[in-house]
Amino acid sequence: MTTTNTTTTTQFPPPKVLTYPSSTPPILITQGAEGRLYKTTYLSPSIPCALKYRPPKPYRHPILDARLTKARLSAEAKVLERCWREGIPVPAVYAVDTSAGWMAIEWIDGPPVRAGINEWLGDPPEVEQDGGHQQDKKKENADEDEGEAPMVDLMRRIGLAVGRLHNLAGVVHGDLTTSNMMLRPPLDGGDAAQGKAGKALEGEVVLIDFGLATQSQSDEDRAVDLYVLERAFLSTHPRAERLFGEVLEAYRGSFKKAASVLVKLEDVRMRGRKKSMIG
Amino acid sequence: MALERLTLEHVPSTHRVYITLFRDVSNSSFLQSQLISRNPEFEYAFIDVSSIISRTHLLAAVYNAINTQIDGTLKTPNVHSEVVISLSPSNNIAETYRRWGITPDKTKDLIVVKIVVSADEEEAETERKVWEHLTQHVQGTPVPLTDGEISKATDWPKVRKYYKLNGVPGLERLKDEDLKKKQMEKLVLMGMALRGM
Repeated sequence: MTTTNTTTTTQFPPPKVLTYPSSTPPILITQGAEGRLYKTTYLSPSIPCALKYRPPKPYRHPILDARLTKARLSAEAKVLERCWREGIPVPAVYAVDTSAGWMAIEWIDGPPVRAGINEWLGDPPEVEQDGGHQQDKKKENADEDEGEAPMVDLMRRIGLAVGRLHNLAGVVHGDLTTSNMMLRPPLDGGDAAQGKAGKALEGEVVLIDFGLATQSQSDEDRAVDLYVLERAFLSTHPRAERLFGEVLEAYRGSFKKAASVLVKLEDVRMRGRKKSMIG
Repeated sequence: MALERLTLEHVPSTHRVYITLFRDVSNSSFLQSQLISRNPEFEYAFIDVSSIISRTHLLAAVYNAINTQIDGTLKTPNVHSEVVISLSPSNNIAETYRRWGITPDKTKDLIVVKIVVSADEEEAETERKVWEHLTQHVQGTPVPLTDGEISKATDWPKVRKYYKLNGVPGLERLKDEDLKKKQMEKLVLMGMALRGM
């Protein structure tokens, strides 16, 4: 079934490529300052993809505008490829059209970490739901710490993911938030976690949105990356504040030089994200 | 008839894409000479299957070529040659033809892609003509272009070399061979998408 669609639900015109026929109409997912994200399909109806579109900015000189769009798209694509070659889970790049300002990348299933955490916070894990004979099999000392286990585990997975990004790929993300991390369900046995406490927090942590990423090995840049995540996390999930330390602990253990990044993080906390340019 | 009409997402309805696969082709020299002499009757993309890993791999190149043609920025004479160079992660056109295109006396299994843009004739008519012309001039056994047929001919060491997949840490760590192939396909697609960047 082929339909020609014009995404009438959006107030902005979609990129030209999305006006050509597709099996399902593209859906506008988010709209940021720099661009828009559509969910659509690549090549065949069975391959979902995310199409990132950076529309021309009318307030910029057209030549400068084209050059910036091109440079940013290709920088993002290169960073994603670099991560892929190192085996760091990020979306694959399917196609890039720098002159038209779009990039088609792999669609990552699953909720953002933000949603997972919020679900978990708003809906604390119940030890048993089916009651009766399947009563509490948990150890007697099932104290508060144990109830938090899935959350602690997620925090560690996040710390590890960021550590691997920094260390193996030599990439700093530039915009680490719990919205820019997905919880991708396992390929098979997706319902293995059914009914288990902390199900909302299961899945592989996949980093997304590398629009502000840069290649850097410096402690300073890495510390700022962590600082941005810390600030974002504390403001998005104030109730989970005391668990953030687990992210940093896992980061510390993820590569040799992580400790010096964490020392640097202390400095960054004192002065904020921007380095003073005085002196 | 083993000629397949392809439907690709986000391709204008003015473009009709036909693909097929010939096994045990015996006249690759003749076919290549027709391309070199730019015989307009032989406007096809001829692709050596040994350098291809899946339908998705091929389709990505077809899509990219069509997108480039619509954009008006073809780097080669026509959309068919553009399909071939779209397979490469590099900008070296001559090398790309040698690696992915038809090679005299070497190419045995051949993918043929025909892209027809806004032809006036009926679809059935176009299809019949293309098929007639191909079966007349390609000496080989036509088979449907499936992933299974492609994988019989894929030369993995060659593909790994062409797409620089040797010694890639993200692949070396993988134990599961099926998963490894899936990941390799993604890396191949990325190599193509990032050509010249």
